Amino acid sequence: MSKQFQFKLVLLGESAVGKSSLVLRFVKDQFDDYRESTIGAAFLTQTVTLDDQTTVKFEIWDTAGQERYKSLAPMYYRNANCAVVVYDITQSASLEKARTWIRELQRQADPSIVIALCGNKLDLAARRQVSQEEAKKYAEEEGLMWTETSAKTGEGVTEIFTEIAKKLPLTAPSAARAGARTGGPATRTGVDLNRQSGSAPGQPDACNC
Amino acid sequence: MDEEYDVIVLGTGLTECILSGLLSVEGKKVLHMDRNDYYGGDSASLNLTQLFRKFRDNKEAPAELGRDRDYAVDLVPKFIIANGELTKILVHTDVTRYLEFKQIAGSFVFRDGKISKVPSTEMEAVKSPLMGLFEKRRAKKFFEFLQGWKDEDPTTHQGLDLDKDSMKAVYEKFGLEPGTQDFIGHAMALYLDDDYITKPARPTYDRIILYTTSMARYGKSPYIYPLYGLGELPQSFARLSAIYGGTYMLDKPIQKIVTDASGKFVGVTSNGETVKAKQVIGDPSYFLKSDDGKIRVIEEGKVVRAICILKHPIPETDNSDSCQIIIPQNQVGRQHDIYIAMVSATHNVCAKDVYIAIVSTVVETSVPEKEILPGLNLLGPIHEKFVSITDLYTPTSSGEADNIFITRSYDATSHFETVVDDVQDVWKRVVGTPLVLKKREVEVQE
Ligand SMILES: Nc1nc2c(ncn2[C@@H]2O[C@H](COP(=O)(O)OP(=O)(O)OP(=O)(O)O)[C@@H](O)[C@H]2O)c(=O)[nH]1
Ligand SMILES: [Mg+2]
Repeated sequence: MSKQFQFKLVLLGESAVGKSSLVLRFVKDQFDDYRESTIGAAFLTQTVTLDDQTTVKFEIWDTAGQERYKSLAPMYYRNANCAVVVYDITQSASLEKARTWIRELQRQADPSIVIALCGNKLDLAARRQVSQEEAKKYAEEEGLMWTETSAKTGEGVTEIFTEIAKKLPLTAPSAARAGARTGGPATRTGVDLNRQSGSAPGQPDACNC
Repeated sequence: MDEEYDVIVLGTGLTECILSGLLSVEGKKVLHMDRNDYYGGDSASLNLTQLFRKFRDNKEAPAELGRDRDYAVDLVPKFIIANGELTKILVHTDVTRYLEFKQIAGSFVFRDGKISKVPSTEMEAVKSPLMGLFEKRRAKKFFEFLQGWKDEDPTTHQGLDLDKDSMKAVYEKFGLEPGTQDFIGHAMALYLDDDYITKPARPTYDRIILYTTSMARYGKSPYIYPLYGLGELPQSFARLSAIYGGTYMLDKPIQKIVTDASGKFVGVTSNGETVKAKQVIGDPSYFLKSDDGKIRVIEEGKVVRAICILKHPIPETDNSDSCQIIIPQNQVGRQHDIYIAMVSATHNVCAKDVYIAIVSTVVETSVPEKEILPGLNLLGPIHEKFVSITDLYTPTSSGEADNIFITRSYDATSHFETVVDDVQDVWKRVVGTPLVLKKREVEVQE
């Protein structure tokens, strides 16, 4: 029997490093040279097939610009199963910002969160300011996944999401993963507000609460 | 900052965040600021560090309480009524996708020195230990009358007119005892005092039906609660606002509300810079002192709240992982009810085997802490207690004349219905037309 797992994935990183572009490439296989800062970004999902038995559905959260003035709400990453922290390989300051986000995740997010550090704009390698050695060494020290991508050419984009999917715990049922909203098989354990009222009077919700 | 906004919102409490979210969806250009470096204002949920910073003078939290990040302690004890107005807003704006809810496991009422489950159907009323045999029969008839009421069918009215007859007349018609009236009026209709009894019965009828239909929705209690605490609610609406272009700035001290010669709003000064906008909305704490000598908010009363950390569920509540207990005013010789709201690790708001109970009431005397004793006494041993006395502010004017719109403080009710009333009220003043909830267009890819 095939299984689908659902996980919450958040993107973090300085403005203009290409977070939304990576999502756009991954979800729609598109790229936009004149992409505006994120406004109106809805809620995106994309599924990765690992083998004929297993698919992983990512529920992808983009920052919606709240990080710009240091005002990202903790609920954004609180129960994330995985995070892609993006920097721009042509801007060394953006790696510093990525380090800050990683520290914040280590402090506040679920301890089992899978973090991938991602150096974007690989197509602009001629203007590189962040060396592969430096980023890789840092990632190894912190126990993070690391890769370089180009949302523009698509290089490395699907791969990073597939690698994350492989790292996620695909055995534990959701209830066993405290703090994870959607880990494990794709079911929510709480009450469903969208359910019509009065459908089953007096019946407890089919949940383990 | 030379950008000009349609609306500046001050404070990121739930009321302000719902307004900010709805205004952004409506296409308004919104700047939302808060003096704190966290979301939620007076309706925030705090971690241990923040809690001890606020109540214990920065003292460090004892290590035995567990990890900081496991805590989200609400400052205001409120639950969401499953079929209530806040649920409607959550569903219509699709903010539900950012949140996960759990039921509150039990709803209890204090009567004659004991805690009992609140009966919510005629079936439960018949089984309830709250009433003697004859009273049960009368209560059953009363509930059958409510459930059977149809406006258009006079045969269901039993000679009563909900719009004209007082609730007193309805109680008398069914011969209900004062104690029964207490739990119906206070634990089901959720009135804080007895003013409703002499007024027309309709609103009380509506509130009882809201209670029973909410109860029927998920089964254990009429209440639901967001995982990680109530502070997730304002954050979710803030995200909605940001997705629709709202700009967020935390940690911004607000020095001045700038007005022109005629007293109309011009802008807000923060860190020496003035940002302009057509209108400003803010919680009362941003308008306590005004530079032009105008009194914009007045104190309407006080609430005392005691946040209690327990290492056990509240006794006599069937070991519920969460519950509400209402102590009707008459039971303890007061004018206002005492509420207890308890949540626990099940709701991801504290460490395992810890329970957070908040006891609250409207202040009636000069020794508020004494007033909540009947509530505290029901809790068993209290591990840590944080007491606060909060002023309830209300705006002195509608804001239409000067474009300064002020929200109300979070009152002593145990739910969010009055918060939504305030949202609708402020919306109407700010936008000029009543709030109509439109289903947000969602883009979900599979
Ligand atoms: N050359 C190149 N440009 C890119 C790449 N990825 C993104 N960009 C460009 O970089 C700019 C910013 O990209 P976004 O995806 O909007 O960046 P963001 O991180 O979402 O920015 P905020 O929403 O402001 O936080 C846009 O002009 C993109 O076209 C890439 O891989 N290569
Ligand atoms: Mg973006």
